[in-house]
Amino acid sequence: MLSLIQTALELGLIYALTVLALFLSYSMLDVCDLSTDGCFTLGAAAGAVVALSGHPLLALPAAMLAGMTSGLVTALLQTRLGIDSLLAGIIVNTGLYSVNIAVMAGASQVSLNRTDTLFTLARDLLKSTPLAGGHKLVVLAVLTALAVVLLTLFLNTRLGLAIRATGDNRDMVRASSIDPVFTVTVGLCLSGALTGLSGCLLAQYQRSAEINLGTGVLTVALASLLIGRVLARRGGILLRAAGAVAGAFLFRLIYALALQLDMPAYMLKLTSAVIVALTIAVPYLKKQYPLLLRANQGKGGKGTC
Amino acid sequence: MLNLTHITKTFNPGTVNEKTALRDISLHLDRGDFVTVIGSNGAGKSTLMGAIAGDFLTDSGTVELDGRDVTLAPSHLRAKRMGRLFQDPARGTAPGMTIEENLTLAGGKGGWFSRTSKTDRSRFREILSQLDMGLEDRLRQPVGLLSGGQRQALALLMATMETPDLLLLDEHTAALDPQTAEKVLAVTRRVVEENRITTLMVTHNMTQALTLGTRTLMMDSGSIVLDIGGEERKTMTVEGLLAAFRANVGRGLDTDRILLRPEGE
Ligand SMILES: Nc1ncnc2c1ncn2[C@@H]1O[C@H](COP(=O)(O)OP(=O)(O)OP(=O)(O)O)[C@@H](O)[C@H]1O
Ligand SMILES: [Mg+2]
Repeated sequence: MLSLIQTALELGLIYALTVLALFLSYSMLDVCDLSTDGCFTLGAAAGAVVALSGHPLLALPAAMLAGMTSGLVTALLQTRLGIDSLLAGIIVNTGLYSVNIAVMAGASQVSLNRTDTLFTLARDLLKSTPLAGGHKLVVLAVLTALAVVLLTLFLNTRLGLAIRATGDNRDMVRASSIDPVFTVTVGLCLSGALTGLSGCLLAQYQRSAEINLGTGVLTVALASLLIGRVLARRGGILLRAAGAVAGAFLFRLIYALALQLDMPAYMLKLTSAVIVALTIAVPYLKKQYPLLLRANQGKGGKGTC
Repeated sequence: MLNLTHITKTFNPGTVNEKTALRDISLHLDRGDFVTVIGSNGAGKSTLMGAIAGDFLTDSGTVELDGRDVTLAPSHLRAKRMGRLFQDPARGTAPGMTIEENLTLAGGKGGWFSRTSKTDRSRFREILSQLDMGLEDRLRQPVGLLSGGQRQALALLMATMETPDLLLLDEHTAALDPQTAEKVLAVTRRVVEENRITTLMVTHNMTQALTLGTRTLMMDSGSIVLDIGGEERKTMTVEGLLAAFRANVGRGLDTDRILLRPEGE
């Protein structure tokens, strides 16, 4: 049971970075970035290749840079070439499939079984300390906490405020002499960097990267984000970002428990799809409910329509 | 200060929805002018504001601000020297962000990575307290919780925090109840006078158009049909204005949305 929770925590912390990426793009910029899946795999592939060449630490910034580039392309397509933002994400996602295989030198998988990873380094470092058993957890907790703190600090700077206002009221961003094109671009680059880092960590965690690693990550992360929103609806950015991380953990925990109840592993994606659909649909249905109720009460009184 | 020459704008050219909203408009505003604009529905008042602020590219003509040609400049660059308020209070502020965050963003001081400082905060409190709406104690509340009038007053502060060269007001009190409108108008008058801001204000209130400011423009189907100032304006009455309109345009002004008398009378 304890190891089950620990694994859920570890995976939750890894995916939390993608959830934070969506927190930035989906919640702040109000852009639904459909390139997340491909970008996640890109981070995993780029990170794995760099780790394989003997630089497991350098893999992290490399994956972030790769993700940032992907975010930049998505942003340029929608801001400079007039491509609808959903379509821009889909296009980039499709293109990334080829790019990701190319990054892995034509293979659809890279194994890190015989290479040092961030986690093996941490294991060796923490060998004779009380933290020895939880070296993965320590690394991931530090990284994710750092991401939450830096993101919160950033979102309270003038640039961060401009990014938040972009999703809230673009007119007001322009009125503040800031180009929304710029804020969307910066926001998507950062969000790409976080997604890439998330993918890189997952690859090092499970010691392999493969072309389908990112499939469905967007839905899973969106489900986590929406769970997090229920946990921390109001409040400052720090609270809401922490809520997003908690949502990621809770999602993995629910999933792990479902597996215990003999739910087959392939049900993960259906589960997340249902969660996303429900969390978005429930507030809508709640609003519709009084209408349905009255329509039923006044049967026959609906007039001619 | 502001110089418009031969501005023309046609929406949806070549379609059944073709609409010429501005016809060869030329207008000059001197520094410190406070000009009110009145006109019938669809006369092109909002479009004129849009042309000055850079919402769209005009079909012809030039826009000059303080001697600089800004005809091709995008709206966010023009916003450096122009403040603007709309009829809809929601357009001037970001509802999901706090009052303090809105003011920080609008204040425009500091670099990209600057954060709200203690001095900023005390400055915000000071200017908010002048509104006399109790907003100075609500810095940490989301703007979405404020009433329309409070939002509009806040938007006015935000638009004028860095004193702009030109202030564009498009019926900014029209959506408010009479008392609130009066209050926002009083704030407008004070801010404009204190900082001697050149102002162009659209109103649908005839009396306001004559009593506020230094000059009155009347628009009809995309043209400026009447431009009065100085002594002529001082003695002008609402009836006189309507008669002048009839003389210039050849028909009466459609007064559906126009208030002929001060509100509340
Ligand atoms: N973006 C647009 N596309 C097409 N037509 C437009 C557009 N904006 C304005 N128009 C048309 O241009 C004309 C002038 O509109 P405008 O909004 O400037 O009028 P107005 O004087 O502000 O009127 P009101 O008193 O109703 O606010 C109207 O006929 C309007 O339908
Ligand atoms: Mg208008």
